[in-house]
Amino acid sequence: EISSHSRFDPCHLNGSHDGILCFSSKCDLDFVCVSTRGYIYRPVCFLVSAMAEERRQKHCSVVLPTESMKAMAESVGVGQLQEDSCVALSEEVSYRIKEIAQDALKFMHHGKRRKLTTSDIDNALKLKNVEPLYGFQSQEFIPFRFASGGGRELHFYEEKEVDLSDIINTPLPRVPLDVSLKAHWLSIEGMQPAIPENPPPATKEQQKAESTEPLKVVKPGQEEEGTIQGKSQGTTTPDGKGKEKGLIRLKPRSTHELSVEQQLYYKEITEACVGSCEAKRAEALQSIATDPGLYQMLPRFSTFISEGVRVNVVQNNLALLIYLMRMVKALMDNPTLYLEKYLHELIPAVVTCIVSKQLCLRPDVDNHWALRDFAARLMAQSCKTFSTTTNNIQSRITKTFTKSWLDDKTQWTTRYGCIAGLAELGSDVIKTLIIPRLAVEGARIKAVMEGPVVSNIDKIGAEHVQSLLLKHCASVIAKLRPQPDNVDQYRTDYGYLGPMLCSHVMKARTQAALQAQQVNRTTLTITQPRPTLSVSQSGLSGSSGPRTPSIIKVPSSLTLMSPRPGTPSQPSPPATKYIVMATSAGAASTQQVILFFTTTPGNLSSQSASPVTSTVPSATSTLQPLVKLESGSGAGLTASRPLQKYIVVSLPSSASSSLETKSSVLPTSISSSSLDGGMKLERSESPGASTQSPH
Amino acid sequence: MIALTGKNQSYVLVLYGLCFPLIHVAHAQFILKMAAVQGGMGDADIKTDIKTEPSADGFGNNNANDGRVLSASPGSSSSTGSNKQTAAVTPEDQQTLLAVLQFLKKNKLSESVEILRREAGLPENSLDPKANESAGAGSGGAAGIVDLEGGDASSLLSRVTGSSSAGAQAPTKGTFICGGKKDQPDVSVVLSAYSQQGDPTLYKVYYRDLKKFIETVLDCHRAELSQVFYPLFVHMYLELVYNNHESEAKAFFEKFSGDQECYYEEDLRILSGLTKKEHMRGNETLLDFRTSKFVLRISRDSYQLLKRHLQERQNNQIWNIIQEHLYIDIFDGMPRSKSQIDAMSGSLAGEAKREANKTKVYYGLLKEPEIELPLDDEDEEAENEEGKPKKKKPKKDSVGSKSKKQDPNAPSQNRIPLPELKDSDKLDKIMYMKEATKRIRLGPDNLPSVCFYTFLNAYQGLTAVDLTDDSSLIAGGFADSTVRVWSVTPKKLRKVKSAADLNLIDKESDDVLERIMDEKTASESKIMYGHSGPVYGISFSPDRNYLLSSSEDGTVRLWSLLTFTCLVAYKGHNYPVWDTQFSPYGYYFVSGGHDRVARLWATDHYQPLRIFSGHLADITCTRFHPNSNYVATGSSDRTIRLWDVLSGNCVRIFTGHKGPIHSLAFSPNGKFLASGATDGRVLLWDIGHGLMVGELKGHTDTIYSLRFSRDGEILASGSMDNTVRLWDAMKAFDDLETDDFTAATGHIHLQDNSQELLLGTYTTKSTPVIHLHFTRRNLLLAAGAFNP
Repeated sequence: EISSHSRFDPCHLNGSHDGILCFSSKCDLDFVCVSTRGYIYRPVCFLVSAMAEERRQKHCSVVLPTESMKAMAESVGVGQLQEDSCVALSEEVSYRIKEIAQDALKFMHHGKRRKLTTSDIDNALKLKNVEPLYGFQSQEFIPFRFASGGGRELHFYEEKEVDLSDIINTPLPRVPLDVSLKAHWLSIEGMQPAIPENPPPATKEQQKAESTEPLKVVKPGQEEEGTIQGKSQGTTTPDGKGKEKGLIRLKPRSTHELSVEQQLYYKEITEACVGSCEAKRAEALQSIATDPGLYQMLPRFSTFISEGVRVNVVQNNLALLIYLMRMVKALMDNPTLYLEKYLHELIPAVVTCIVSKQLCLRPDVDNHWALRDFAARLMAQSCKTFSTTTNNIQSRITKTFTKSWLDDKTQWTTRYGCIAGLAELGSDVIKTLIIPRLAVEGARIKAVMEGPVVSNIDKIGAEHVQSLLLKHCASVIAKLRPQPDNVDQYRTDYGYLGPMLCSHVMKARTQAALQAQQVNRTTLTITQPRPTLSVSQSGLSGSSGPRTPSIIKVPSSLTLMSPRPGTPSQPSPPATKYIVMATSAGAASTQQVILFFTTTPGNLSSQSASPVTSTVPSATSTLQPLVKLESGSGAGLTASRPLQKYIVVSLPSSASSSLETKSSVLPTSISSSSLDGGMKLERSESPGASTQSPH
Repeated sequence: MIALTGKNQSYVLVLYGLCFPLIHVAHAQFILKMAAVQGGMGDADIKTDIKTEPSADGFGNNNANDGRVLSASPGSSSSTGSNKQTAAVTPEDQQTLLAVLQFLKKNKLSESVEILRREAGLPENSLDPKANESAGAGSGGAAGIVDLEGGDASSLLSRVTGSSSAGAQAPTKGTFICGGKKDQPDVSVVLSAYSQQGDPTLYKVYYRDLKKFIETVLDCHRAELSQVFYPLFVHMYLELVYNNHESEAKAFFEKFSGDQECYYEEDLRILSGLTKKEHMRGNETLLDFRTSKFVLRISRDSYQLLKRHLQERQNNQIWNIIQEHLYIDIFDGMPRSKSQIDAMSGSLAGEAKREANKTKVYYGLLKEPEIELPLDDEDEEAENEEGKPKKKKPKKDSVGSKSKKQDPNAPSQNRIPLPELKDSDKLDKIMYMKEATKRIRLGPDNLPSVCFYTFLNAYQGLTAVDLTDDSSLIAGGFADSTVRVWSVTPKKLRKVKSAADLNLIDKESDDVLERIMDEKTASESKIMYGHSGPVYGISFSPDRNYLLSSSEDGTVRLWSLLTFTCLVAYKGHNYPVWDTQFSPYGYYFVSGGHDRVARLWATDHYQPLRIFSGHLADITCTRFHPNSNYVATGSSDRTIRLWDVLSGNCVRIFTGHKGPIHSLAFSPNGKFLASGATDGRVLLWDIGHGLMVGELKGHTDTIYSLRFSRDGEILASGSMDNTVRLWDAMKAFDDLETDDFTAATGHIHLQDNSQELLLGTYTTKSTPVIHLHFTRRNLLLAAGAFNP
């Protein structure tokens, strides 16, 4: 008879760590203690996921696989464990683990938490008179990794090698803030005041429901919990609550009165967004992107943007257009806002920034291309989010772009915008709309490049269109066409662009192969959102020569704004840091502001964990081409890693004198991963090409 | 191992301390049970410690006794059945007592023996074998059921057990108990009831037959008879497992588990994990199923129908289970509807027996002590200062007249000895009355304002909160074992000066109370260290001088709020103590925890005055009745029990929750009880009639706090779903139909009017609401930890 206690370290649901399993057989009362760092996770993961499934399905009894038992036995030197013993052990262990998990849940409930922690399991073990495992603190994330090979599958906890000197040199983390008490009014005589401590009056779901199904009558009794009800309760109570039942509630007219605070906020934010101070702007955009209470101000922001674009396009004020687009981006990033109702104002503004003939005063030098790219990406994002069968945004947009692209008289700038807009819509659109026209477009480019010099502007335009086409089409063609890539074949298929396309495709293929390896290694990894940005680099292609990447340590002492404590009044991500870094970039040194926010899951507003392939456009200031930072290991992975977001924005460089006094700003972004600790940064030397999407 | 032994010893210690007045039989029985369970789980050498004790026999005997009573009752008419039931209580209790005495004697605890014997009124020589025989025979004769003949008490008990159990198994059981030296006596006695052999493959057929039958009966009976499914299912499954038919058990489970009511899901999950006979040993859930009969209420017609069917089919297997493991409470009259049944079912052991709720409960409030009012002048002055001179007078009279009239439902003033009022208490009373005159009258049209106290940077560690009655202090218990107290008024927290400094002050001066405080220690909050585990319960004393905290480490600690140090650690629970609360009159307090008992303590005794045992799972929350004569406990077994502090008896059992109960609140007039559970529902109970009177649906997660407004018009509930909801309590209780029939049968018709009763929902940003408190002026205070 074999009895066993299983002692496993708490790694249910969110706890993690080292596990110990000891099983004793009654025959010899030998305690076999196995420190099974790797093996225990498999069973526990398995059990946990199986138990979660169990909830949904019927109650099937889930048992650890016998292979786990074998593996664990092997790891302590017990060779040939008999199959029967394995079965007996696994059943016993599964049963005990379940028992402990059930007890641990009790502790979770009494701890008034939704998450089970390691201490709950320790306490449950204590109940059973099993000594808990000391020394393991619960962490928020389990960096489980998964590996398979030789017919075996394993979940394991990767232990990274830590360089001691790094630890020694990093300044001590700040002491956690002490518990404190804060009072606010949750309700005043039945009405919930609109203060920052209270949640926004309308949740995103409600906004969405309101805009998509405006006529849906909310039936009493059907109303979901939530604030609409709270509000209606508050307002209707004076008329007597009981009568409400049976009455059909009309759609409440939404009033958009702003409180004084809100008006002040609106003023501050809009001023900062278009003002000259980049740090302020970053803060303002951050606020727009994260604050949950902006719902009522949305119409104002929307009008501000659309009017702003209208005016500034006429005045060719590139910088302001960029700022406005960044505001759009921030609004879209805000997880508590649903913009559907305001698309009629925002889309024209965005499309204007994509296709407008002229966006800046000096089209030959200003990098308006970046703005077009950025706006195109915004457009694609809103298509993805808001396109429905009723509003057909995507198809309407596609039509618009195609129509003006097909027009012969269209200028290069607009042409560029159309193509960028289309290309961002995804590979399907590229495949069906762009690639068939490559030959025609190639001919047109050829005419400009090799024909008589018409104007410098046209030439630059054609160049840009060319590189744009190459960039977007290469990866798609790489997937479409079978290898090998034959230059002649390409020439016949795609005309003038053929040879260049061929080389790009080949590059894309090698890159894809590289990534595939990385993907293989890391796809299933649950990453810990540890900000590990350590390498950053700025290149000013305006100045001469390539520079070696400089490694910049991120000293937390340079924090401009202290991370806010997680108070309900300030719900923005807790770890926002603005760090000013100087790079030794020669004479025209640029200052950069790096802000990285780690949005921890469970963080107040960022539950949605918006896929942060946040690429803020890089617009050049007048003279300087671009700082371009791109993550080396990125392509397909970025979307799957929503936890990190680095935006590198450069401050106005002292050297760069520009016509637009306010706009000498080079916003660039890297969306990067920190999977392997560090990050490879690739510097693009191509002048003018401001950003490259990894695709 | 060592820890285990330690625990057993501590139980013995508890026994040793039986010197508190009036130990109820159930207590001792329970203690023995716990000891036995512990032994069952441990290793052999510990077992022998306990196994040799006849305690086990008492336990087994108890079961057998139950079984016999029941097997007799279903066949006969309900009235005789209940008669026998009541009659059988005496011998059963007596036997348990004998067992306890035996146990004590064996451990040479002669003093306790004496006391217990005196308390129970047993004759001096009751432990003497021969006398015992006569005593036992006497009581047995009175009951007319029990035949006692053995010489030694233990063999006597075993005889009873043996004779009443199924014939084939009797010998083995007998040896178990008589021998007393064999392994696992009690648990196996419990389990061996399952050892009836039947063809395992036929179980499915039996069950399906019954299912088919019930599905085809008239609609009016179907709902009632369907109640049988769940207990039957469980017991059949356990029988299969016990008899080592693992695969059949699994197949049986898979086939029929889906048919069970959704609210049994939790239990089914536990059950599904249990597939081996070895697992059954020491499994609490299993013991619960077995030791407590599942109670069903079925109308006579439905019951006859079922009985006839089973007899026709010769379906002995099922009939045996029904007789042995279920208690069927038969009533005359209309069968109940599905919704009526659903409202009451869901607990671990079925519904409460109707008899269980028949005891008279003195739910009225105690008369307020007359306070000579030198306050009149002060009062007037204070009022004048605030510019509202007139308002006070009429109110005052009403308060006065109310307190003069004696409530017929109130217990006598000194039913429970209460501490005398100190001068400071009187001052506080005066303050209270002053504040009361300024109280806002709440109602559906006049909702309270809610002020929310958010604990910041608590890192998920806030586990308990309490506020003083005058809302001046707030205390938090934390997962890191600390207890913190904040002052929420400008008045800072100060310690008393050290002894040396105290010597220096002038004791005669008027402001001596002020002078003893050390200004240097003034701060807004104080931390108190002492516990070694998360603090799950916390409670201020009414006079604000003490604070209680209960913790995972098994202790309840009493802290002084003058010195901010720990005064006493009350030990006894040994397992996590989930909740504790001071009596509204101070001095007494109640605690309840994982060991399934609630204990009543007095601050100046280090041992409990009462032990309330009866719950089948952890006690999750404890509340004092406003008149301090009763204690309500909520439990993971999904029942609420009301205990009489005087006698220690359970006077009410409320069933109907579908999840562990996490909050309780008495209405200020003492008539009603509100309870909230993990299922997100609030249930309202009429204590006097022992009825469920309302159900408030709306919350989507565990309700951690409930509170009535000071005048009882509004019920506030706070939940894990980050909302505070306000309910119209007046309306909920006004709509009551308390006609005699309902009261007599306990069949309630609940109307689904939660939406009408819901007055407001206030969502926090991301803060679960774990405490609510109405200030004396009816401002609602809520508290919780921000949870980013």
